[in-house]
Amino acid sequence: MSRKNAFAASLVIALLGCGGAPVGASVLHTERSLYRDIVVYEEDGLRCMRFGKQVSGRQSCQSLREPQRLVLEYTRMMAGALYMNPAPARVLVIGLGGGSLPSMLQRLYPGIAIDIVEIDPAVVRVARRFFGFTPGPRTRVHTQDGRVFVKRMARQGVKYDLVLLDAFDHEYIPEHLLTQEFLQELRGVLTPGGVLAANTFSGSRLYDHESVTYYSVFGDFYGLRSGNRVILTRVGGLPALDEIERNAAELDARLKAFGVDSEVLLPLFRIERSWPEGTRVLTDQYSPSNLLNGR
Amino acid sequence: MIVRVLILAIAAWAGFFVMSIELLSGRILAPNFGNSIYVWGGVITVFMLALAVGYLLGGQLSLRHPSLRRLGLLLIASAVATVPVVAFGTPMLDWIFDRVEDPRYGSLLGASLLFFVPTAVAGTISPYAVRLLVTRLHASGRAAGALYFVSTFGSAAGTLITSFHLVLLYEIDQILLGLMTTSVIIGLLATPFGRADVES
Repeated sequence: MSRKNAFAASLVIALLGCGGAPVGASVLHTERSLYRDIVVYEEDGLRCMRFGKQVSGRQSCQSLREPQRLVLEYTRMMAGALYMNPAPARVLVIGLGGGSLPSMLQRLYPGIAIDIVEIDPAVVRVARRFFGFTPGPRTRVHTQDGRVFVKRMARQGVKYDLVLLDAFDHEYIPEHLLTQEFLQELRGVLTPGGVLAANTFSGSRLYDHESVTYYSVFGDFYGLRSGNRVILTRVGGLPALDEIERNAAELDARLKAFGVDSEVLLPLFRIERSWPEGTRVLTDQYSPSNLLNGR
Repeated sequence: MIVRVLILAIAAWAGFFVMSIELLSGRILAPNFGNSIYVWGGVITVFMLALAVGYLLGGQLSLRHPSLRRLGLLLIASAVATVPVVAFGTPMLDWIFDRVEDPRYGSLLGASLLFFVPTAVAGTISPYAVRLLVTRLHASGRAAGALYFVSTFGSAAGTLITSFHLVLLYEIDQILLGLMTTSVIIGLLATPFGRADVES
């Protein structure tokens, strides 16, 4: 082994070591961005992006054989938002990850206009390079803070039919994206009948705070639980289940290619309304989300 | 003895006060300017500059009629200078948001307008307190060391207690009001001690 190769081999070992990749996985790329460590690896026919060292921190996965399929369950639950608004023309995506949801929307609705907000330029690069994310003709990627972007759009009177909020990971919550005021701003950029889908948590003390905060702005919401919880809500009141079932039946054939199956999703639609009396609403004044999530 | 304890207590509390507010300032700015790395960069820059100016001013102030009473008044003044943060922080930051497109400069401007003055006033306290503590030239280093110790220890406590506990229990404005009230109380404790207690 030449000196150069030996160096390369030790570098690979070092990267594997610090990435904490699971056994049997091959690491394709590691990058220390302004905000986090990004690891791209392949395992069992999947290519995944992970933040940090925890294996549970998978942000996005793509099947190597069927790249358009939504691999992670929470992304399929997010796609359930289409059952509540089956023909969105203008969409806002907060948090890009590997770009699997925007890629799906672009394929499903040619001509759709998508604004994507991602704080970390490195995530945008990785999504393009390793996850085949290619912005469509009417897709714009904005590298900035989601809260600032939403507030700016609200000032300009821009409205969206669908907002996908996917800005949280297991280790860190941007606390200013989980407050009553932020949800009010989001509501302000939704059209009448516009739908919000938010990927949230299901395990910790934060759960009830999150519920009561969403309820305070949108009223009733569907909580789809399975690992994560995806909150689905609509401006102007939730659609009844029979409307959702009708939309699901219409979409089923087109969504099949993405691995979204109404038989799996529909039973998860539940209106959640149970939290202890007096649970504090999260606001810009009171938002210890990370402390609450740690409990 | 009580004079020394009070001087050190004021310096320690000023450290607590500044770091607690610095920590909260990030949250106060986030709704308008986000949580990007440069927002924190701007906040830390403004606080460091304000402290730098405060140190210089505090040294100058200590030249004329230094007294524990005046040290207490400086602490009270920094609390009073924090009132605008609670009174019109949000409308002011909204106003900046509408006029400054780039969140880097928006947050820098917002942090300057809201936090520069109270932090600079709090910064006068350490050098002023050194003047009160130093009685003999050969022990001046020890006095300065003790002062740095309590003030930095207070800063560490302010950072930790605010981020671990206070934000879990109280709203931001409640924490700010609590900090300001504590400053006023400690400052008032110093008012009986005029210049007679300090050698000129």
